[in-house]
Amino acid sequence: MAAVSHDNRGLRLAARYAALILVAIIFIFPLLFMAMSSLKPDQQLLNDTNSLRAFLPVGDISFQNYWDAFDRAPIGVFVLNSVLITGATVLLTLFVCSLAAFSFVFLDWKGKEVIFSILLATLIIPYETIFIPLLLMASQLPWIGTEGLEIGWLNTYRVQIIPFIADGLSIFLFVQYFRDLPRELIEASRVEGASWWMIYRKVVMPLSGPVIATAAILKFLFMYNQYLWPLMVVQEEAIRPVMVGLGYFTDQLNVPWGEVMAYLTVITVPVLAFYLSLQRVFIASVASTGVKG
Amino acid sequence: MASKLTQSNKAGWLMAFPGIALIAAFIIVPFFLAFAFSLTNQRLASPNPTEYVGFDNYRDLLGLAIFTLEPERGENGQVLRDDEGAIEYPRLRTFTRNNPDYPQLDGKREWFSWQSGENRTVVLASDVVFMRAVVNTFFFVIFVAPVQAGIALGLALLINQKLRGINVFRTIYFMPVVVSIVVVSLLWKFIYSPGDGLLNNILGWLSFGLFEPRDWLGSTSTALPSIIAMSIWQGVGFHMVIWLAGLQTISPTLYEAAEIEGSNKWQTFRYVTWPGLRNTAVLILIVITMQAFALYAQINVMTRGGPLDSTQVFVFQAVVRGYERQDISGGSAISVILFLIVLAISLIQRYLTREKN
Amino acid sequence: MTRNMTLAAICVAGLAAPAAAQTELSLWYHGAGSANAEEALVNQLVEEFNASQSDWQVVIETFPQLAYNDAVGAAALAGELPDILDVDGPVMPNWAWAGYMQPLGIDEATLEDYLPGTIGRWNGEVYSVGLWDAAVAMTTRRSTLEAYGIRVPTLDAPWTGDEFTEALMTIRDSGDFEYPLDLGMAWRGEWYPYAFSPLLQSFGGDIIDRSTYQSAEGVLNGDAAIAFGEWWQMLFQENLAPGTSQDAADRDAGLLNGTYAISWNGNWAALPVVEAFGDDALFLPAPDFGNGSVIGGASWQFGVSATSENPDGARAFIEFALQDRWFSAFSDGTGLIPPTASAAADTANYAAGGALEVFYGLSEAQALVRPVTPGYIVQALIFENALADIANGADVLDALDAAVDEIGADIEANDGYGH
Repeated sequence: MAAVSHDNRGLRLAARYAALILVAIIFIFPLLFMAMSSLKPDQQLLNDTNSLRAFLPVGDISFQNYWDAFDRAPIGVFVLNSVLITGATVLLTLFVCSLAAFSFVFLDWKGKEVIFSILLATLIIPYETIFIPLLLMASQLPWIGTEGLEIGWLNTYRVQIIPFIADGLSIFLFVQYFRDLPRELIEASRVEGASWWMIYRKVVMPLSGPVIATAAILKFLFMYNQYLWPLMVVQEEAIRPVMVGLGYFTDQLNVPWGEVMAYLTVITVPVLAFYLSLQRVFIASVASTGVKG
Repeated sequence: MASKLTQSNKAGWLMAFPGIALIAAFIIVPFFLAFAFSLTNQRLASPNPTEYVGFDNYRDLLGLAIFTLEPERGENGQVLRDDEGAIEYPRLRTFTRNNPDYPQLDGKREWFSWQSGENRTVVLASDVVFMRAVVNTFFFVIFVAPVQAGIALGLALLINQKLRGINVFRTIYFMPVVVSIVVVSLLWKFIYSPGDGLLNNILGWLSFGLFEPRDWLGSTSTALPSIIAMSIWQGVGFHMVIWLAGLQTISPTLYEAAEIEGSNKWQTFRYVTWPGLRNTAVLILIVITMQAFALYAQINVMTRGGPLDSTQVFVFQAVVRGYERQDISGGSAISVILFLIVLAISLIQRYLTREKN
Repeated sequence: MTRNMTLAAICVAGLAAPAAAQTELSLWYHGAGSANAEEALVNQLVEEFNASQSDWQVVIETFPQLAYNDAVGAAALAGELPDILDVDGPVMPNWAWAGYMQPLGIDEATLEDYLPGTIGRWNGEVYSVGLWDAAVAMTTRRSTLEAYGIRVPTLDAPWTGDEFTEALMTIRDSGDFEYPLDLGMAWRGEWYPYAFSPLLQSFGGDIIDRSTYQSAEGVLNGDAAIAFGEWWQMLFQENLAPGTSQDAADRDAGLLNGTYAISWNGNWAALPVVEAFGDDALFLPAPDFGNGSVIGGASWQFGVSATSENPDGARAFIEFALQDRWFSAFSDGTGLIPPTASAAADTANYAAGGALEVFYGLSEAQALVRPVTPGYIVQALIFENALADIANGADVLDALDAAVDEIGADIEANDGYGH
């Protein structure tokens, strides 16, 4: 390495950046198209798809599509609902699934192996294929609310949250990660007399940043993108999520493409914000935690 | 779970219980209900009573038959040919519809055929569309899983450099993942638009006008590859991050040791990086395979299975049947078959990637 | 203006709200986000009804159109249907048969003068009534036809099939347009059977044998249907029309910006054409392929759900809506066709000399409702698939045979759908 001249090193650096930028363009151009199109009137938007103008904020640029989109549909309500439903589910998933995984990895109990195999098998059932039986069940489930016992979960937030808290994949992710944690750490705490709950809370979870981020992102994306299920179980506009709201724009005979792009841009922002916050907190910190030393 | 750490039935059950109970209630029970539906003639909406039909729904999906068509012959037994010289055969439908001589062919349709001498051998299926969905899904899984995992690893290595501003690129590469697949499909439908669509135009400029515009989603040869390319574009950032997390758990001391021993880049990758990624590799393969089998939104938004069934896939078929055509029992049967296939594949994958001690 | 009226109606409703308990009636409506006058008018209708009497209080819930039928199906499964349902005409028999709906119970004599497509009948009873009908027409410009020496057809003398095909070839050969004909292939879904099965019917075929509703054999794969299928395939092979990969945006704007010469489109899209082309705009009847010029009838209608505990209230609401003044208001707002001649006379577009008057004639003379059978919703999907496959180059007879087989299997699986 010492022999490499200064020029050569600079050239190599430039090549690296060129590669990075080229790939970045491939990943960003459709999103750029979306964001730029949301600023253009329909006719110009469609004409611009024939040229590089599609990626540039040129011509008749305004936020008119955004005002019109907010006029057409209660976007704020949809986004709020989605964030609420998704946020609640992600938090509950992280807790319930990491706890189960902790039990599977660090504790021994009767029936563990069998149950774990069954849970793993459930990981391959696509939700789309069980929604109809799930709907029949949800319409008959009891709930104790403010007015006492109610039957039926339809038209609620809970029917959009509770069925999706636990899933095989999230448990599997935690199990994979926990298996690689140094066992001596747990054994030492145990010898010192810490309860399992304390070990989970004080030893294991603080070391689990990366897997928490991974599980959280996966669950967030799945929940935020739900369409078929809310469509079936929610009739009230007030608790509709964003993906059902997309129909307010695309189900029209003359699709208002500019507004569609504006809506797509608006509903993409919360996910992007969620990811950016996680990336900073967790993924970047993976190296520094020095889990495997 | 090999080491016997601690026997603790009570705490173990207590901690695992919420997860187990929720999965049992909201995945396993509905799945068994779906299995039960698949043995009946249950419809989404019907005043007719539901009846037990055994494995009829499975037979209607999976039934296959082979049949040899003999050419039409004239009075002297010579083979009849049409104007262009092609051999004429009797219409297959005369055998498959209400023909008491061929009960095994009843209701079946041609899936594919080949020529053997003067005869034509035809493979018939009870449900040709479903068979095409099976083939397409496997094509998708077999193609997408390794390619996507490979591209993702390449990106992860690219992004795992210590360079100024690398976090910006990391974020950009991940961005398609956070955009809903429905949104992405709508955008790419624009991009794939025939004639003077965006992709055709871009390729036109890059080739200085040599590129012939294509109908990406409208032709049978490019529709599925187009959807595959888009799916890789959309999903690869996520798998890149999983690889990245795996890469960063590999201790820097190992790399230092490799450098001291004078190993080149490939050797470092082969003997340090790759062994450290084993668990990650298993995870990625499983995640991609599952996502590939669950392929639905792209198809629904972009092609609805066409052209000519070239983009039919499992879950789309299950949804079309169960919801749109109101045939819950048939849709459920597809779900059960899908479950069994994925189960078999993950067992095979686990076997192939098992730790060899 | 509409907004002000709505506000006024809210005030009236607020003042009129009596202390006596009103029974709540739920109404589901398919047009969420339509942002045109239709949604506002439905809201206004509800508000005026609520203000007009003190027994009932209608509460409206709107859904995106493509999600609506699925939402109703799910709600029926879960026993959560509303009192008043908005239902697409051809879907109604399925919902009636499946037990989602009950007969309307309105005196049929009052519906005598209505366009045929606005009344939903199943098993001899009226289940639903529409406040409007829709119609499709070959939309083009007089100047375009004149430029290529093509005759302007009339209701009495529509284009013959050959004349139409020749006209398309002429326009294509001129090279002035990307495609001569825009069929709207981008609109997957109900558009296919709605817009294209009338062409098949004009050839002499149909989606199903309407004498029994038990089979499509010989109807969807008979000589007439094969002739239709071959003509259909020719349209795409000869580059006379864009195929299934048509860009939805081109569908919306292609006629206006000169991409297409003729567009097979509905009257809901007619007002922008009139605005753009003025007197040059033409709305022409479907070509006659031998069995008359045919278009599809029936649009969205109102009915009463089977599980409604207050059918009286639901009926009162629907009867309130069945007034000429509402018909005219909807027509003026949306460009849709009013169901009665008396209402038509009172509209801006369908009165004598109105820009869209021709559509009323089309609807009255040529509208044929889609097959009135609970199996229609499945048959429509099968038909859509067959047309898409043929357009994409499938063997015509194989595709039609397969569709016939699928339709037959579905009817059998449903024990004949109660016919």
